[in-house]
Amino acid sequence: MAGQSDPHLSVFSAAEVEFLAEDEMVEIVPNMKMGPLNFICGDFGPFRPQIATEVPLWLAVALKKRGKCTIRPPQWLSVEKLTQVLEAERDSPREFQPLPFHYVEISRLLFDHARDDIPDVYMVRSLIEDIRYVRFSKVESGLETISGRTHAVKLKNLSAMEVNIVRPFVVRTLQAFYKHDSPQMIQHPDTAANRPPQVADRGPRRDLRRR
Amino acid sequence: MASGSEQGLDTATEDYDSLIATTDVELLKQAWRNEKAAPEILQFQASLIQRSREQIQLMEDTVEEFTENGTDPLTVSLYQMDLDRTQFLLRSYLRIRLQKIEKYMIHISRTNELWNRLSEQEQRFAKRCTDDMEKHLKQSVLSRLPYGYQSILKQSISSEEDDMVPEPQLDTFVFCKSKGSVGAFQLDDSGDEIVDLVGDDLYVLRYKSIKALVERGQIDLV
Repeated sequence: MAGQSDPHLSVFSAAEVEFLAEDEMVEIVPNMKMGPLNFICGDFGPFRPQIATEVPLWLAVALKKRGKCTIRPPQWLSVEKLTQVLEAERDSPREFQPLPFHYVEISRLLFDHARDDIPDVYMVRSLIEDIRYVRFSKVESGLETISGRTHAVKLKNLSAMEVNIVRPFVVRTLQAFYKHDSPQMIQHPDTAANRPPQVADRGPRRDLRRR
Repeated sequence: MASGSEQGLDTATEDYDSLIATTDVELLKQAWRNEKAAPEILQFQASLIQRSREQIQLMEDTVEEFTENGTDPLTVSLYQMDLDRTQFLLRSYLRIRLQKIEKYMIHISRTNELWNRLSEQEQRFAKRCTDDMEKHLKQSVLSRLPYGYQSILKQSISSEEDDMVPEPQLDTFVFCKSKGSVGAFQLDDSGDEIVDLVGDDLYVLRYKSIKALVERGQIDLV
């Protein structure tokens, strides 16, 4: 089955990644009274006016849309924290800063549905965009280091949406290198004699970041 | 070479996290992700699917009851959303498996290990699918081809192997995330490639080399 192409390279759709992010917990402050909700995915509530409680993001957004609560933005979603992250992101060209695995989707959902609950929302939004941009250019320059000698790529702290975007490219690249470097491609003894001997010996994996 | 410097992650919190995070929905989500990202078909999660089905059934009854006894429409709609989300997961999980079965039916049917990963219904589906496909191909194409080119498994009679049976590409690369510390493990049969997986690390690795870790639930595909 040589040359078999894989149509399933992009495994998750953007909507599916968002679906996963909607299960992340977030704090809300309800403005109404409602008994506890015993869902398949867990028990939430009871809800009392002005008493903060934790719920999954999808529930928070649903309540917010109906004007039943305000959402408390997570701590990392503030000008101060994000400025620090952006600086650190710029200072370490090979490392990704730890951010929630779904930071892109969470911030997007909150910008779309709860912008009035986020202090300095314009600033926060542009910081998130800058961070995404810086991280993405790091991914791109990291991709240049992939070669036939790459066995594993380490992408610690890369987020879900970022994974999903680079997946098709990374997988296809690694596969192509792997295929052309595999012993099957270079097994003919008479031609192998003319090749440099180190071809079959695949070297250490490359890291996208230096330790 | 190995990333030993990051061992400091406290495993205690991780263990606790994984303990409280094991609702069936959480497990279903994990099974769904893995099934979606893995090139081959994985073991059918029989008891988990059974439990999820029961919970969905129960919730459907509850929602119906709510509608009848005039519960606050907001509450009903929230329960309905929860139900829809779980149903989506279950359906999508089953669908991906059917897609894989359709794609690799012959290969699955004749590989014992893979065959045993299917549920009873899936086995029935695979059997019927294979029969129908064979019948269809024979009637519409193969019977009209010259002798020697009529096999559904081989390109021609001179092929030594069954070279017309699609198989999943196990040496493709996948993105994976380690849950706890997995420790050092070998990437290759040759043993000269060692990766040290610490908690929450994200790697792109060859599926073949981490297959066992996925099956044991030590690593998640993302």
